[in-house]
Amino acid sequence: MISLESYLTVAAVLFTIGIFGIFVNRKNIIVILMSIELILLAVNINLVAFSAYLNNVDGQIFAMLVLTVAAAEAAIGLAILVTFFRNRGDINVEAAGQLKG
Amino acid sequence: MIPASSLAEALGLAAPELILAVSAMLILVGGAFGGRGSSGVASLSAVAALIGAAVAAAWGDQGVAFRGGFIADDMAAFAKAAIYAASAVAVVLGERWLGRAGNAQFEFPVLILIAALGMGMMASAGDLIHLYVGVELHSLALYVLAAFQRDDARSSEAGLKYFVLGALSSGLLLYGASLIYGFAGSVRFDDIARATAALEGEGTGVLFGLVFVICGLAFKVSAAPFHMWTPDVYEGAPLPMVAFFTTAPKMAALVVLARLLYEGFPEAVDQWRQVVLIVALISMAVGAFAGLAQRNLKRLLAYSSISNMGYALLAISAGTAGGIEGLLIFMVLYMVDSLGLFACLIAANRAGRSMENIGDFSGLSRVNMPLAVTVTVLALSIAGIPPMAGFWAKYFFAFQPAIEAGLWGPAAFGLLTGVVAAFYYLRLVKTIWFDPAPGEADVPPLDAKLIAYASAIWAFPVFYVVVSLIEPYAAQAGRSLGLS
Repeated sequence: MISLESYLTVAAVLFTIGIFGIFVNRKNIIVILMSIELILLAVNINLVAFSAYLNNVDGQIFAMLVLTVAAAEAAIGLAILVTFFRNRGDINVEAAGQLKG
Repeated sequence: MIPASSLAEALGLAAPELILAVSAMLILVGGAFGGRGSSGVASLSAVAALIGAAVAAAWGDQGVAFRGGFIADDMAAFAKAAIYAASAVAVVLGERWLGRAGNAQFEFPVLILIAALGMGMMASAGDLIHLYVGVELHSLALYVLAAFQRDDARSSEAGLKYFVLGALSSGLLLYGASLIYGFAGSVRFDDIARATAALEGEGTGVLFGLVFVICGLAFKVSAAPFHMWTPDVYEGAPLPMVAFFTTAPKMAALVVLARLLYEGFPEAVDQWRQVVLIVALISMAVGAFAGLAQRNLKRLLAYSSISNMGYALLAISAGTAGGIEGLLIFMVLYMVDSLGLFACLIAANRAGRSMENIGDFSGLSRVNMPLAVTVTVLALSIAGIPPMAGFWAKYFFAFQPAIEAGLWGPAAFGLLTGVVAAFYYLRLVKTIWFDPAPGEADVPPLDAKLIAYASAIWAFPVFYVVVSLIEPYAAQAGRSLGLS
């Protein structure tokens, strides 16, 4: 039997990797999309682990919705990335620097 | 609140959402058959659907549906009416603007409808699942709206930045929601309140999750220190979309934050008040001081909205029914000022180019007097100069509840930053009236002109009448939440 703490630790580690993937990564925007996916899946581990621990089904319903939203989010992210690539011919993070800030 | 006894009753409570969802799907299918020429009809139907939904929200039945996940109470009704009205104005502004830019597409009103649907769900959310789905539904539509001018590099860059940071904030919000669910044992706000009351100081996990959720929602309302996307997105995105971004989504996110804090954590006021206050104070300071350096009006208005979100969060941090009342009226007054200012930006063009920089407005009073007066009234209003609407919004509706709750220091700080921020609005007014005009301005488009004039007349003196009419409803909305 794997304890709840172990699941939470794995989820927290994945979540942190995802956050760092967004901020530390200076190269490719596709990697940012992967990091976002990692964050959402870390949360899903949390939700399902809590759901099993609490013996309460809400967490699993929540996880299903998160999976659906993650798919929609990836689709929209890629669509915006395609328009960006058409305009710039490049998907480096540095390419997104026309708006100062 | 009475729980709905049958599915039919539950669906009746969700009538505004159903109207929006069904009409969004119908318009999408109709537009797919009608092709490019159908954007005018699509926009008209979208406006009709939004007005219908606002009426259904304002005068519909009240109660709780879907196992406590969906709450139709006075606060939801008030917020939804305001959100749908602002969305309808955005549809009109955007449809005409896109038509002039040669990019009129039927998807635009559909996206606004979907965003309005998500925002309505946020205003009615009674559990974390509804909160999350509402937030995502409106955010995903907004990312696409930011990138709507897809052949414009700045617009697609704005969409991309909005998407990346918005997705990050959703991730933070979701992680927080999972922690609250795990440590409180339920996703429903009222169960969370019972669980946190029973934990009595042992609820570190729940509060940890709550801080994540507050950060995620602070991203969505562009409160500092989570504001870094705002100036870039506002600068790059098309003008009518920005007018939409500054109004309805902020109302929705603030209302859902207020509901989560007041209904889910009434016992932990002292803990969450600190977090909300810190975010509010930083927003006021960043909005006021960083705005001073801006020359681009869209970026300037981004900082203006950041500081206004600080005032709104100050009203929430009061933790009283008066705080909610103040928040709702403040947001309505702010939304009208903001929509009006963006309508002025859409109306002000020179040689086919939008006047985006403060310098472009020099001598506007000599080339277009009515527009100059309109911009001046709205700028003075949002700067908080009496007797305009913005003055009462800020000092009476945002600061007063905070002062009554004993938050003297933060309110005084808000006053100071308000004085600093007034400088950049007054500089705009000075540029309009006292600088020489570089050339004639184009004839403003009718829709933007009328919306701008209407907001200016609202800012002074119509709002005196309207506020006295809506204040009882806002007060009722404030009382509909747990805290007195």
